[in-house]
Amino acid sequence: MAEQRIPLAKAINAALEAALSADPKVLLMGEDIGPLGGVFRVTADLATKFGEDRVVDTPLAESGIVGTAIGLALRGYRPVCEIQFDGFIFPAFDQITTQLAKLHARSRGRLTVPVVIRVPYGGGIGAVEHHSESPEALFAHTAGLRVVSPANPADAFVMLQEAIACPDPVLFFEPKGQYWAKGDVDLSAGPYATGQSVATQFDTLNTAKVVREGTDVTLIGYGPTVVTALKVAQSAAAEGTSIEVIDLRAISPIDFPTLIESVQKTGRCVVVHEAPVFFGAGAEIAARLTQECFYHLEAPVARVGGFHTPYPPAKIEHDYLPGLERVMDAIDSVLAY
Amino acid sequence: MAETPWLPHNEAEPTVQLVLPDGSENTDTQWDHYRNLVKDVDAATWRTWYRDMALMRRFDEEATALQRTGELALFTQARGQEAAQIGSVHATRAQDWIFPAYREHGVLQVRGVPLKEELHLFRGVDHGGWDTEKHHVHLNTLVISAHTLHATGYAMGIQRDGLVATGDPDTDAAVMVYFGDGATSEGDTSEALNFAAVNQAPVVFFCQNNQWAISVPGTRQYRGPLVRRGAGFGVPCVRVDGNDVLAVHAVTREAMERARNGGGPTFIEAVTFRQGAHTTSDDPTRYRGTDEEQYWSQRDPVERVVARLRAMGAWDERFHTEVTHEADEFAAELRTYVRSLGRPASSAMFDHVYATPHAINQTERDWFAGFERDLADGEGGH
Repeated sequence: MAEQRIPLAKAINAALEAALSADPKVLLMGEDIGPLGGVFRVTADLATKFGEDRVVDTPLAESGIVGTAIGLALRGYRPVCEIQFDGFIFPAFDQITTQLAKLHARSRGRLTVPVVIRVPYGGGIGAVEHHSESPEALFAHTAGLRVVSPANPADAFVMLQEAIACPDPVLFFEPKGQYWAKGDVDLSAGPYATGQSVATQFDTLNTAKVVREGTDVTLIGYGPTVVTALKVAQSAAAEGTSIEVIDLRAISPIDFPTLIESVQKTGRCVVVHEAPVFFGAGAEIAARLTQECFYHLEAPVARVGGFHTPYPPAKIEHDYLPGLERVMDAIDSVLAY
Repeated sequence: MAETPWLPHNEAEPTVQLVLPDGSENTDTQWDHYRNLVKDVDAATWRTWYRDMALMRRFDEEATALQRTGELALFTQARGQEAAQIGSVHATRAQDWIFPAYREHGVLQVRGVPLKEELHLFRGVDHGGWDTEKHHVHLNTLVISAHTLHATGYAMGIQRDGLVATGDPDTDAAVMVYFGDGATSEGDTSEALNFAAVNQAPVVFFCQNNQWAISVPGTRQYRGPLVRRGAGFGVPCVRVDGNDVLAVHAVTREAMERARNGGGPTFIEAVTFRQGAHTTSDDPTRYRGTDEEQYWSQRDPVERVVARLRAMGAWDERFHTEVTHEADEFAAELRTYVRSLGRPASSAMFDHVYATPHAINQTERDWFAGFERDLADGEGGH
């Protein structure tokens, strides 16, 4: 087992390299992803290794990137697009929601459009406007798209490979605040690294993962909030509260059986994401869990997340983001019932 | 100009024209280059074009009638654009690919797409999924201009497949994308032109300027002549009389050849006129006058082909009757087919949303099936 301790950004780079090496149809497209390696250096050195026809610096136009990626996918290629920042995905929103999401259905299954759209998202990095947002719910609301977000390097490495191998379009949200957080990664895992010619299993695109077992409260997060959730669980344990932490990984679909099993055990649930609470993924989770676990719940499902405001200026962003105190407060509130 | 205020840019821009509206040859020497490109077009070819244009017009009439009698929910009329579509599509080869908007009935027909299948979309049976691989014709795209980028990406794929500029006329391929004057206002058209230019992708942008984007005329849509739109992107452009099938064929043939040979994209503005409505739900009497319609009826593309055939001595009543008879049979078959199209199973809405199993899709499908079953059982019990 080729296990290495590497940052999340490097794990993504390694997954891209594995896919580019294994499948000549895989292409990377995006702004500044060539010699620069992307503004976060996630694609560092890949243009040198695979050439500018496979690691393509595109004109600065997001709709153009996704629109031409759709055309390339129709021709049999597997484009992996990088959107430079979360807030810049909107020029491509039309192509993603009216075209990419619907072509498989429109063609009655004849056409597949295996396009991956990588989006660095989330805040906490002191950035300017449009560089810290969490727009995942907008895409989860659209049938035909898969929406996933890794929380650690090991998952990032496998999930991205599965996303590229998957015949469905995948929105791949990368927690940019975690790019430099290190973790152990098995570099022999995943469909491309293991040399599978055709992947048929896409476990990490469909399943949540219990990352810490507990008995009193289920705490659900994904992407950047999993680290927060684990910290909360650790400090709560010191106070005698046992928190089960679930890393959602997939936001479309949501692995409800795993969530239901946990909440039927704990009877209490808190969902935490950076995206605004209003119409966020937590609203869907709370509604379903209320329906499926009604007689097991000891308290209403609580949600912690961003406010119904534009993402605030960096000096006050930590008051907007769901930090330890607000998550602890929510834990206390569901335990108070 | 003063008498044709709805054509603000038409008189000023050079426009390739090889056949005059009365069917006589345009002898203007400035178009010798294009005339020489189509020297091989003989009487048999002209008759093929006439047949295709007559069938396209008949399809338009029949589909409109089917909508008027409630058999179709909607239809996008293309009457008046026969020369633009038939002249251009005949410049494509089997290995080329076409990305239509949603009014390219004549293009589809020549490429062999069963037009009755296109009507699935307008009857509400499905979203119009014919076999794209078989005909090399991508599906209709209803979001204006979104497909100009798909066409460009597809052409970038052809480049990567090494099927450009090899010198083999049977495999070198290009893409042609159809869109209208309204689509040029969408950002995607500009992005597509730019991506195509930067990559020198083998794609021909065929703009049918039919003067109207639903109810908005060219005067409210753009200021500079459309044909110049390509030049800023470094894309060769040409403006052509879109109702002159020979001229359309000449400019398209050159553009497709350039694309296949590695010369990159071309922007073609084909000046034509949508004689019908935008769709059967539209009402052109609310926004345009009969003077404009008369101006264009004197420039009807089908009549021009008949006049040309007469001038060539290649028109006879027997041929005319044959084509009319074929069009009648085509229309009758279309009518029967459309009326026979039933509703799809309700569960069809859950099909092909994803290519791999998706739990939400599965759960809702199962729930709906159970709901339907319970409903049926309940009815059975009473």
